Amino acid sequence: MGSIKAEALATAREKAQRRWEGRNDAELYVAVGLGTCGLAAGANDTLAAIEQELAKRELAPKITKVGCVGMCSFEPMVEIQASGKHRLNYGQVTPASVPEIFASYFDGAPLEESVIVGQVLPTVTRRNGHALHSLSFVDPGTGDKIAFHQKQLRIVLSNCGLIDPESIDDYLALDGYGALEKVVTGMKPEEVIEEVTKSGLRGRGGAGFPAGVKWGFARKTQSWPKYVICNADEGDPGAFMDRSVLEGDPHSVIEGMTIAAYAIGARYGYIYCRAEYPLAIRRLEIALRQARDLGLLGEDILGSGFDFSLYVKEGAGAFVCGEETALMASIQGERGQPWPRPPYPAVSGLWGQPTNVNNVKSYAYTPRIIRMGADWFKSLGTEGSPGTAVFALTGMVNRTGLIEVPMGITLREIIYDIGGGIASGREFKAVQTGGPLGGCLPEKHLDTPVDFDSLVAAGSVMGSGGMIVADESTCMVEFAKYFMKFVCDESCGKCPPCRIGSTRMLELLQRITAGEGESSDLDEIRRMAKGMQQGSLCALGQLAPAPVMSTLLHFEDEYRAHIEGGCCPAGSCRALITYQIDPDLCTGCMVCARNCPSKAISGKKREPHVIDPDLCERCGLCREVCKFDAIIVR
Amino acid sequence: MGTSNSGAADLSLMDPVFERYQGQEGALIPILQRAQGIYGYLPPEVLHSVAGRLDVALGKVYGVATFYSQFYLERRGKHVLRLCDGTACHVKGTPILITGVQDKYGVGPGETTEDGELTVEVVYCLGSCALAPVAVLDSQVMGRMRREKLLRKMKERLNAEP
Repeated sequence: MGSIKAEALATAREKAQRRWEGRNDAELYVAVGLGTCGLAAGANDTLAAIEQELAKRELAPKITKVGCVGMCSFEPMVEIQASGKHRLNYGQVTPASVPEIFASYFDGAPLEESVIVGQVLPTVTRRNGHALHSLSFVDPGTGDKIAFHQKQLRIVLSNCGLIDPESIDDYLALDGYGALEKVVTGMKPEEVIEEVTKSGLRGRGGAGFPAGVKWGFARKTQSWPKYVICNADEGDPGAFMDRSVLEGDPHSVIEGMTIAAYAIGARYGYIYCRAEYPLAIRRLEIALRQARDLGLLGEDILGSGFDFSLYVKEGAGAFVCGEETALMASIQGERGQPWPRPPYPAVSGLWGQPTNVNNVKSYAYTPRIIRMGADWFKSLGTEGSPGTAVFALTGMVNRTGLIEVPMGITLREIIYDIGGGIASGREFKAVQTGGPLGGCLPEKHLDTPVDFDSLVAAGSVMGSGGMIVADESTCMVEFAKYFMKFVCDESCGKCPPCRIGSTRMLELLQRITAGEGESSDLDEIRRMAKGMQQGSLCALGQLAPAPVMSTLLHFEDEYRAHIEGGCCPAGSCRALITYQIDPDLCTGCMVCARNCPSKAISGKKREPHVIDPDLCERCGLCREVCKFDAIIVR
Repeated sequence: MGTSNSGAADLSLMDPVFERYQGQEGALIPILQRAQGIYGYLPPEVLHSVAGRLDVALGKVYGVATFYSQFYLERRGKHVLRLCDGTACHVKGTPILITGVQDKYGVGPGETTEDGELTVEVVYCLGSCALAPVAVLDSQVMGRMRREKLLRKMKERLNAEP
């Protein structure tokens, strides 16, 4: 019975490889990025337009739907490759600009609306008889990697944008499930744990605990059934790394979880995915069904006698359920409130049973580590943080998107080399890492290497991978207040330090940004922060003070300006700023006056306008519509 | 949707849901999610029914229904606009979108218009941060939103055939 299953996999893989090569060597290859970002930018309409254009040109290749490559500002993205020619990736392709990209590719016609992002070079690294496929973007002329890609090293993201995430064949063709096969047919569970431990993989959910060691704890606990859980609740605002992996390469997570289950002896697994990611959930369900049909999930996997069933559980809108004990409470059908640890999940978790909880990316690394070897993984990154890190780089940089870089690269390299520096020529002010429970680092920390320990030493945390860049127009007090409001809304309410502390902290910050701060407020903030850090039941409350404490540490002047100077230096806090029109720049075009919702602007045509400070709400709309930058903020 | 002319929820629609989750532990949340999919929100009679069928205290059902932000205990507008106020969207201008919608339709976050056409919500991150600011109108995700563009799309959608 067993060997039939292994044979079925081998046959399926051969067929898949042939199909893969066939598609790549075909007359014409066309792919469209259909992750949530692509869809939000209108990729479905672009897809329809491409079908029309192909019909018009009497071409009929099957259009491949791929996940996102992480260059979100270029969405919608389309790839074209004719037999014998380069594969080019076009960005910002609206339905209207579809004809021009085909004209550009086939006839060399110039582009007006879209841009060429780069030439796509599929890459492959081979080791131990296995392979790691990925893709790289180069300049079609010089062959050098484009700036966004120069320092990237894609492992977890390697399949995203390369394969059709709804096709298990694509995954199989690129050595997918090769690790699972190696594990269940030729390795003992203890050997798997040893390999993952040797690799030095630290959990990518934020805490950075050595994954192999954690699996070892669950294996040791003598109680069944055991569970593996994937924390796909990615709730940090500004983070979408996990979403991209789930949408673009769901099988990598399934394979990783199955390997972990084998290692610890788990019978059941759950992927807890937040409800706000419907596309990810759909792709996971499709992938699970495909894996089951091929005998890669269920009973007697690949004839090894190992049984494992995996299910998706949808979140219901609670950031705190990203905390592992709250997550398990939610799976149990309860309010998502954490419970104290110890006992840790490895000893007593879901339904009181030994449970291993890891982040999406930690599971996605696993098959690659098994295939390419622990020593390969350990050789990348730094001594204390091997491997790569995935970041969602957003905010005020020129090039936003998803990047995967070796640990040890500096913040400066990420923000300036990969991100292209600050947009609109403004000055860098701070970078926020680790989401709403992380810290803000100013200019002097830009040469901090990105790894678990260095970031902590600098006063922030790695977190799950959100990296938000702020420039001089961002008020750090308002920023801290924004994060505290988030925590206040999301606090589960169980423990007073977090429930009451976050509310009181928010009130203080609100007073300060409204111009009603008092000089004793800063000490009060410090006092309450300590209470929350030491008294809260879970990491949400313990780390909630981090943004406000790090901004207070690095930008205390800004706080004092609000409290003692009655002004907001960044020109952001409405209560402390005024809008004025510079009479030298104003052309009297009347656009602002027409748009002002408070009717605060008056003036005659072609004469400088004036804002009535009593009516002005400082909503910012006039600044947005003024083509002459004539609105000044004080 | 899912209610009779008198406004009471048609509880028979829940039968297939209970059957599907029969015997499963921890199924309360998926059951409530399916229920909300049927009725558009969670009417009190449905919560009572769930408590009865699962043999769970009504207080526990209410506890779960009120804990998770996905669940609504009040009828919602025909159209739902979600404005993302996650960090990236926030710094790129969501507050302007919120005031824009408030000025035009008279509703703020968490509110529904008098005529039941529109509910506005603020959410905290839809994961499309590079296309900030992001708005979701019913199920359509829209990126790079500006005030005028949003109001235009809303007008199209609200005036379109249901």
